[in-house]
Amino acid sequence: MELWYGLITGILFGFLLQKGHVLRYDKQIAALRLQDMTIVKFMLSHIVVAMVGVYFLYDMGLVKLSLKPTILGGVIIGGVLFGLGWGLLGYCPGTSLGALGEGRWDSAWGILGMLVGAGLYAEAYPYLQTTVLTWGNYGKITIPQLLGVNHWLVIVPFLLITVLLFRWLEKKGL
Amino acid sequence: MSMEEDQRWSPYLAGALSGLVSIGSIWFVGKYLGASTTFVRTTGMLEKLFSPERVANMPYFLKEVPLIDWQWMFVIGIAIGAFFATVSSGSFRLQAVPTMWQERFGTAIVPRAMVAFIGGIIAMFGARLADGCPSGHGLSGSLQLAVSGFIALACFFIGGLITANLLYKGGGKH
Repeated sequence: MELWYGLITGILFGFLLQKGHVLRYDKQIAALRLQDMTIVKFMLSHIVVAMVGVYFLYDMGLVKLSLKPTILGGVIIGGVLFGLGWGLLGYCPGTSLGALGEGRWDSAWGILGMLVGAGLYAEAYPYLQTTVLTWGNYGKITIPQLLGVNHWLVIVPFLLITVLLFRWLEKKGL
Repeated sequence: MSMEEDQRWSPYLAGALSGLVSIGSIWFVGKYLGASTTFVRTTGMLEKLFSPERVANMPYFLKEVPLIDWQWMFVIGIAIGAFFATVSSGSFRLQAVPTMWQERFGTAIVPRAMVAFIGGIIAMFGARLADGCPSGHGLSGSLQLAVSGFIALACFFIGGLITANLLYKGGGKH
């Protein structure tokens, strides 16, 4: 049953990604060239809506958080590496499959590359586990925990800043 | 291009609706969206065909067991959903090389394939080192206010800005 939920969730998500024109090399690279912020608008809209909803449900005791640890070595080095590759590929792991569904089949080369990259990482993992992945491990922390405040004191300003950013992007025609 | 633009949903609307999909998945199934682990599992399944004993003893494949799970189906669903969306708006077409790439580097398939493949390798290695991609860290991490999510997101864009701008250095607006 869980597999079916995965499939249905993916279909809904892929449908919306396509409608929002997020599945395009041109849009992803245009964001990285600071010319068109479509993907940033999509991502931030997703984040703020889900942030309010999930923390509301969290306060009601209806959902659990699932945090990834903040290991500075892994997140920073891995994150920048991911970005360098992303700027070449023009799709991220999720959108590469969506792009394929949309007929943009240059993403297939990227998918093959990503499968190879996953294999290489599996080979390197024992080494990385004892080096990079031990550098700056702060565990599973959130911004409200870091600041020692209630999460709504972070969520509300985050919402306001996002709205201001959206207004600025629209004014700039990005 | 202009005809395609007409069928575009506002990225704010599509993004916000996808945020609701995220909430639904977290609430009803307890699953946060993510994509890059699926590439590890797929590579593991492929490697298992050739050397099952080796895969069975590799630490990373013990951590991320090569099997079809919720996220695997979710990622396949993205391709199906994107296909539905583009067929429903009559905009499905096969494209071998993205428009922006064509304008800068021409229509030849091989150079685009090479760059996409290499980009894919780097991107996935980085995503696994960071323990997530723009879905797992960027969306699911950030919406939970995870410190790792925001650091990863910033690093993704820093890396992407570097390669995308190097690649298109001196190129005009698309």
